[in-house]
Amino acid sequence: MNLNILKNKQAKNKFMETFSIFIVLLVMIIICSILNDKFLSSNNITNIMKQLAVGTILAYGEMLLIICGMLDLSAGAVLALSGVMSVSVFKATNNLLLAVVVSVIIAVICNLANAIMVTKFKAPAFIATLAMMTVARGIALLYTKGQNILQIGKYNVFGQGKIGGVVPVSIIFMVVITIAIWYILKHTTFGRSLYAIGGNEEAAIASGINVVRNKYIVFIINGVLVGIAGVLFMSRVNAGLPNGAVGYEMEGLTAAVVGGTSFTGGVGTTLGTLAGAFIIGCLNNIMNLIGIDSYIQQIVKGAIIAFAVIWDIRSKSKKTSKVILVDEDPETKGTFARKAS
Amino acid sequence: MGQDIKLRVSNIEKSFPGVKALDRIDFAVRKGTVHALCGENGAGKSTLMKIINGIYKPDGGEIYIDEVPVKIQNPIQARGHKIAMIAQELNYVPEMSIEENVFLGRLPTNKFGKVDWRKLRKETIKFLEMEELSYSPSQKMKTLTVSDIQMLEIIKAISNNAEIIVMDEPTSAITQKEVDKLFKKIAELKAQGVSIVYISHKMDEVFKIADDITILRDGTVVDSMPASELDVDKVISLMVGRKMESIYPKESVETGETLLEVKNLFSTGVYKDINFNVKKGEIIGFAGLVGAGRTEVMRSLFGLDPITSGDIFIKGQKIDIRKVSDSIHNNMVMLSEDRRRYGIIPIRSVMENASISSLEKVIHHGYAHAREERTIVQEYFDKMNVKTPGLDTKIQSLSGGNQQKVLLAKWMLRDPEILILDEPTRGIDVGAKFEIYKLMTEMAKEGKSVIMVSSELPELIGMCDRIYVMNQGHITGELSQEDFSQEAIMQYATSVAASASVSTLPAQHTQIKEKRI
Repeated sequence: MNLNILKNKQAKNKFMETFSIFIVLLVMIIICSILNDKFLSSNNITNIMKQLAVGTILAYGEMLLIICGMLDLSAGAVLALSGVMSVSVFKATNNLLLAVVVSVIIAVICNLANAIMVTKFKAPAFIATLAMMTVARGIALLYTKGQNILQIGKYNVFGQGKIGGVVPVSIIFMVVITIAIWYILKHTTFGRSLYAIGGNEEAAIASGINVVRNKYIVFIINGVLVGIAGVLFMSRVNAGLPNGAVGYEMEGLTAAVVGGTSFTGGVGTTLGTLAGAFIIGCLNNIMNLIGIDSYIQQIVKGAIIAFAVIWDIRSKSKKTSKVILVDEDPETKGTFARKAS
Repeated sequence: MGQDIKLRVSNIEKSFPGVKALDRIDFAVRKGTVHALCGENGAGKSTLMKIINGIYKPDGGEIYIDEVPVKIQNPIQARGHKIAMIAQELNYVPEMSIEENVFLGRLPTNKFGKVDWRKLRKETIKFLEMEELSYSPSQKMKTLTVSDIQMLEIIKAISNNAEIIVMDEPTSAITQKEVDKLFKKIAELKAQGVSIVYISHKMDEVFKIADDITILRDGTVVDSMPASELDVDKVISLMVGRKMESIYPKESVETGETLLEVKNLFSTGVYKDINFNVKKGEIIGFAGLVGAGRTEVMRSLFGLDPITSGDIFIKGQKIDIRKVSDSIHNNMVMLSEDRRRYGIIPIRSVMENASISSLEKVIHHGYAHAREERTIVQEYFDKMNVKTPGLDTKIQSLSGGNQQKVLLAKWMLRDPEILILDEPTRGIDVGAKFEIYKLMTEMAKEGKSVIMVSSELPELIGMCDRIYVMNQGHITGELSQEDFSQEAIMQYATSVAASASVSTLPAQHTQIKEKRI
């Protein structure tokens, strides 16, 4: 067995590892388009993406957190809090930009609180954000006295507006954020450090990475994303709903995990998460199109998530073991030794 | 001690997809003897042992116990055949009690399935007394020292009436005194007719205890004969397949000015009055028993553990070290003793592991240049002779020696002036050890300083210009090259320091952490 075959094999494995999720998505799109001819219409595709925007943006935040070994259970509640605040600020000032800024700032403050609990007081992210979830929802309800804020006027431009009458604003938000997250994760020291922290935190510290600072940054980014998602959500539903977006953090977590982000930390990609979000989006959409009962929809969704994750774990563990064997290959060892000597 | 064969494997073959890991292995262990298995990492030792222990299934060949062919499909069946394996990485549940760990997976139960705690305690106490270990059976496993945990693993094997015990690098984490204790135990076991397969990279140990030696290379048996007919050089040359010029490639280098000076370093309850210095072009060693405080001093120097008081000077300048990056920016780096815990990021690629501490070299203006990164990393891998199928291979799939070389390459990428190596050769094969020694010599020749903490005295004596000896948190001796001897070092390492106010130091790091809280 020579080195070239080994290298090809590795390249093939790497290809599969990177793109398997997209193959799943592709197969799914093909099946969906066969099941219903309306599925691939531009109207329907735009519709899917519009519905996906909030979930995908939350999924990126969850992905970043999972990569470095944390997660955020408070995303849905913080979204609601920053969303209703933003709506009421807009109603008072009629200033769209200010409304967005307020939403982002509130979500960032909540996430800084999360970060402090996690870094300074060493609380597990699960517990810290669980506490934040309850607190943020409580504040949202207290602030609105439990009432929905209606007649929000032009605020709905984010969720329902279209640029040039064609491209929905929410899709533009999603695309820009996708590119930004991809860049941050792939091309910055911060992104690379996240993988190291999630892969082995103690080794990351011993490599000179400032783990505490990076954890703050990741929570701040998550805050910005949740804040934007809050604006898009309230705008789409055309009201400030203090009780809205319940369980949205789960949508985000699901998309990230289906997209190959590993809960053991250190693994995950932006495009994988995007594909994960699309897989779930397409699934929801096709089940609505062909008129499946909504209770059954839930069961199917859960089953498909379980299937996707098991498939992902199995295909990945197979690849890892193969590489180990390559390392034990006495002949390769020989090849390297000869090459070296 | 007869000639009866206890365990025999014949014609064992094992292929992994496209790869032949073991090729027609014949190997026999006599009853009541110690049979050493030698070979470089990747030679097939662990694959063979995993087959005997039922973890892997062989493609072909037979296993005989007492000359009766047996099928071993899984570790439970291996246990049924009275085979026990003491792995290199000890497997235990830190939060569970000693008794539960000893009987893990086979707790005695009554007929209703309830755990019989009284029987459990009685049995455990019996074994603990037999081994003269003064622990309570209800004590948590994590409070034990590494060597005592190892002793417990052996107890576990005995409690299961094992007749064949496989020991994989059992001495890689214990001190000389504890090694002696282990060897005494092995002698006892031999006398009781237990057969032992002993895997080790340490030649002196192998020759001390082995009755027979089998040498593996590239998945085949190179030679198998009584230890009395072999010597260290012969075994090493058989393992490597070529003659080693010298085990320690030490070259004498003109030393320059003092590069690092440590004055009165003190950390409450850990170490005290630490004074030492390193000159340019010098390799200094730190000897001592496990728990003497050597690792703790180095961790403090590297910014991983806090310093209570004391001064650190680099090139005569006082520097303040609070975190790892402070140390790195002063061109001082450290290779940790625990590769898995503080070294590798297992699921990431070898390239990412190598470049993680020098990202500013490949990320310009906030953009990572992948091709540049590959080139730089490859260059250092070539220099260090890292054997990896590719740069995208996950580091966890490399052998220990190659992982260590990747981690060294990571620090070499920063071109450090002071290199601290904490047990750099623990558990790695002869070839990789030699590469690391060569690198140390190279560094010294370039006028840089190397500090090596090691529990292997021959290595310290072979590579260092000066050796500091620590005991109970103090430096108790300093030896220059002409005074080097194992005896002298051991004397300092076991002597009671004059001002021994740092009381009994716990042997494990975790305990120290707990104490601080």
